Amino acid sequence: MTISIDPQKTNNESLQPKGWLRYFSFSLDHKVIGIQYLVCGFLFYLIGGTLASAIRIELASPMSDFMPRDVYNQVLTLHGTIMIFLWIVPVVNGAFGNYLIPFYVGARDMAFPRLNAVAFWLIPPSGLMLVASYFVEGAAQAGWTAYPPLSITTPQSGQIIWILSVLLLGGSSIFGGINFIATIIKLRRPGLKLMQLPMYCWAMLGTSLLVVLSTPVLAGTLILLSFDIIANTGFFNPVLGGNVVVYQHLFWFYSHPAVYIMVLPAFGLVSEILPVHARKPLFGYTTMVFSIMGIVVLGLVVWAHHMFTSGTPPWMRLFFTIATAFIAVPTGIKFFNWVATLWGGRISINSAMLFSCGFIINFVFGGITGVALAQVPFDIHVHDTYFVVAHFHYIVYGGTVFIIFSSIYHWFPKVTGKMLNEKLGILHFIVTFIGFNLCFAPQHWLGLNGMPRRVAEYDPQFQFVNQISSLGALLMAISTIPFLINIFLSVRNGKDAGDNPWNALTPEWLTSSPPPVENWEGEAPLVEEPYGYGKEFSEQK
Amino acid sequence: MNLNNFLLTNDAGLKKLNMLRIYIQIIINQLLNKNIYLILIISLVFSISFWIGFNVNLLPEEASINAPIYDELFKILFIIGLIIFIGMTIAVIYSLFKFRKRNDQIGDGIALEGNLSLEIVWTIIPSIIVLLIGLYSYNIYDRMGGMKELNHNHEMMSSNTEKIWAGISQVSDNEIAINNLSIEVSAMQFAFLFNYPKGNFISGELHVPVDQKVSMKMESKDVIHAFWVPEFRIKQDIIPGQPTILNFTPTKVGKYPIICAELCGPYHGGMRASIIVEEESDYNEWFNKNKKPEVNL
Repeated sequence: MTISIDPQKTNNESLQPKGWLRYFSFSLDHKVIGIQYLVCGFLFYLIGGTLASAIRIELASPMSDFMPRDVYNQVLTLHGTIMIFLWIVPVVNGAFGNYLIPFYVGARDMAFPRLNAVAFWLIPPSGLMLVASYFVEGAAQAGWTAYPPLSITTPQSGQIIWILSVLLLGGSSIFGGINFIATIIKLRRPGLKLMQLPMYCWAMLGTSLLVVLSTPVLAGTLILLSFDIIANTGFFNPVLGGNVVVYQHLFWFYSHPAVYIMVLPAFGLVSEILPVHARKPLFGYTTMVFSIMGIVVLGLVVWAHHMFTSGTPPWMRLFFTIATAFIAVPTGIKFFNWVATLWGGRISINSAMLFSCGFIINFVFGGITGVALAQVPFDIHVHDTYFVVAHFHYIVYGGTVFIIFSSIYHWFPKVTGKMLNEKLGILHFIVTFIGFNLCFAPQHWLGLNGMPRRVAEYDPQFQFVNQISSLGALLMAISTIPFLINIFLSVRNGKDAGDNPWNALTPEWLTSSPPPVENWEGEAPLVEEPYGYGKEFSEQK
Repeated sequence: MNLNNFLLTNDAGLKKLNMLRIYIQIIINQLLNKNIYLILIISLVFSISFWIGFNVNLLPEEASINAPIYDELFKILFIIGLIIFIGMTIAVIYSLFKFRKRNDQIGDGIALEGNLSLEIVWTIIPSIIVLLIGLYSYNIYDRMGGMKELNHNHEMMSSNTEKIWAGISQVSDNEIAINNLSIEVSAMQFAFLFNYPKGNFISGELHVPVDQKVSMKMESKDVIHAFWVPEFRIKQDIIPGQPTILNFTPTKVGKYPIICAELCGPYHGGMRASIIVEEESDYNEWFNKNKKPEVNL
C-alpha cells in the first residue's frame, strides 16, 4: 500500500516568501528546489565553460603560453570537478528529479522536503568554496581524479578544500538519492502501479540506487586521502608503504557508476520527451525498464576498465573488458527503442526534438568508442589520451548536456507558463551541434596519434587539428548566447503557453502552468497510460 | 486403381504445390518490393563502412610487433562502429524527415507500444556482436602476449613474436630476462632515465636494437607516470612503490617519442624522451661508447 501524506500541511505557508524571492529561500516546495538546482547548476556550467575556453585557448598553440603551467592544471581540475559535481549531476538528478518525480508519482511533494532543501543548500557553499580555493594557495591541481601521490605532493590547501567540497556535494547527492527512492516507492498515488510510472521514475530509481551504493565509497576514500595529506598517514602514500593503486580502485568504484548517475537520468528524460513530440507511445516500455536495471547492475562491476594500464593483472583486465562491453547491450536496446519510437510518428521538429535527436546521434558515437575502449588491447594505446577526452565528452556533453537543453525547451512552458522562441532554439541547436562535433571529433585523431590528455604543451604537428578543436569550442561558447537571450526574452514576453502546449499525457501537464504550490487543485490524477498516444486521445481532438 | 488414386491425389497435390509456389513467389516479390530500398541502403552502409575502414588510416606508423596486431583490431572495430553509427544516423534523420508532422495533419502517430520479436532481435544481435568482439580482442590480447605469466621467462623457446606484456608484479631482479635486452626505467618529475645494467651506465635517451626483444622494469621515484610510445601501441603506468614490467620488440629503425601519459605535475606536457631504434651494429657502437667498466670494490 502506498501512504498518502501531505508534507506541506505541516509547513506554515505564510512564512514562505512569495515571488522570485522564494528561489533564494529555504523553500520546501519541490518545484522551487528543482529550479534552484537548475539555475545554480547553470551558473556553475558558465564557470566550467569559461575554464574550458581557457583550456582551448591554451591548446590553440603548441607552447604553454597562455597561463602558467600549474594554473593550467588547476583549471583542468576545476573544469572537470565543476562540470561533473556542480552541473551535470545536480541538474539531471536534482533539478529535473525534484521538479518531475512528485508529479509522476502523484504526490504533493518529495518524501522528505526538509532533507531536500538541505541537499540543495549544500551545493552553493561547496561550489563557491571550490572556486574560491584558487585564491588561497591555488586550487587543487591533481585532476578531478586526484590520484595520489600527486594529490599528496601538490599544495595542500587547494587539495583539502577540493576534498571537503566534493564530500559536501557527495552528501547532497546521497540525501537526494534517498529522497528519490523513498518518494518513488512510498509516495505513489493509490492505484498507480510501478509499471505505469513514466520512464524517468525508473531512471531515477536506478540512478538513486547507484548514488546510495557507490557515493559512500568515494566519501570514505577521500577522507582517507585527506588523512594522508594532513595527518601524514600512509594509506595511499608509497613513501609510507601505502598503495596508490588501491586508491584508483576505490575512486573508480564510485566514479564509473558516476557516469551512469550522469546518463541514466538523461535516458529517462529523453524517454519523456520523444513520445510527446513524436505523438507515439514509448516503444518497448518493459525492455526499457529492464535495460535500466541491467545498466545499474553492470555499472557497478566495470570500474577497473579505467585502470587497464595501472598494472592490473590479465584476468582482471579480461573480466572488466567483457563486463564493460556488455553494457552496450542494454544501452543499445534503449537507443533502438527510441528510434522505433520516432518511427511512424507525427514528429514536430522543434528545439526539444532536435536536441534529443542530436543526443541520440552523439551518444551512439560515444557508445561505439566506449565499446572499443573497453577492449584491453585497444585501450592500452589510447588510455589517458585525447581519444578518451573525446569519448567522454561525447557521452556527457553530446549525451547528457544535449538532453538538459532538450528538457529545458520541453519543460520551460510548464515552469513559467510561457513558450520559448523556436527560431532562437533551433539556432541554438545548430550552433551547439556543429560546435560540439567540430570541437571533439578531431580529438579522437589526436589521441590515436600521440597527444596525451591534461597537457599544456604538445607536439607542433598537432597544432592544426587543435585549432579546429578550439574553433569548435568557440562555437560552443557562442551557442550559449542565443539560449540566454531566449530564456530572458521568453520569461518576460514569451507567448502564453496555456496549461499543456504539447498535448502531453504525463501527469505534470495535467495541472496548470505554472503549477500551484501543492501541484494540483484537487486530487492528483491517476495516469495509467503516460504514453497512450494514438489511442483515445487522438479521437478527442 | 492405385495408379488412378495416385494420379488423383497427385493432381490435388500438384495443385497444392503450385499454389504454394505462387504464394512463395508473392511473398518474395512483396519482400523485395517493400524492402528493396532497405536492402540497398544496408548494402550501401556496409560498403561505405568497409571502404572507409580499409582506406582511411587514423593511426601513426607501425614500429613494433604489437602495432600491426593492434591495427588489425582497430580496423575491425572501426568498420563495425561505422556500420552502427551510419545506420543509426540514417534511421534518425530518415524518421525526422519521413514522419515529420505536415501542416495539414492532425492527431497522433500509430499507437505502437512495442514489438516483442523485434526487441528480442535487437537484444540478441548486439549481444552476439559484443561477445564476438570480446573473444576477438582476447585473441588479439593473447597474440600481444598479454596472457603470459609476468614472472616467467620463456626465453629458451621463444622467438621474437613471443613476449611478455605490460603488467604489475612484485619482481625481483633475477626475474628480468637474461637473454634479451633488459633496461631499468626510472621516472621522476619530469624525466625518464634508462639504466643499462649490463653496461653500467644511465642514459636519458632509450637506444634499442631493431628486431630484438626489450624487457623493461619500470619504477617511479615520486608520482605516477606512464611510458607510452604511440608508434609501438604500448603504454604502461610507472608506479611508485610497485615496479611494473613492459616488454616490446621494435621492428623499424627510427626515432620515436616516449610520452608520459599520466598527469604528473605542472610540466607533465613536457615530460618526453626519445626512443632510438637502430641497427644492431649501430646500437653496439653506441653501447660500447657509453659502457663503463665494472667498479670492483
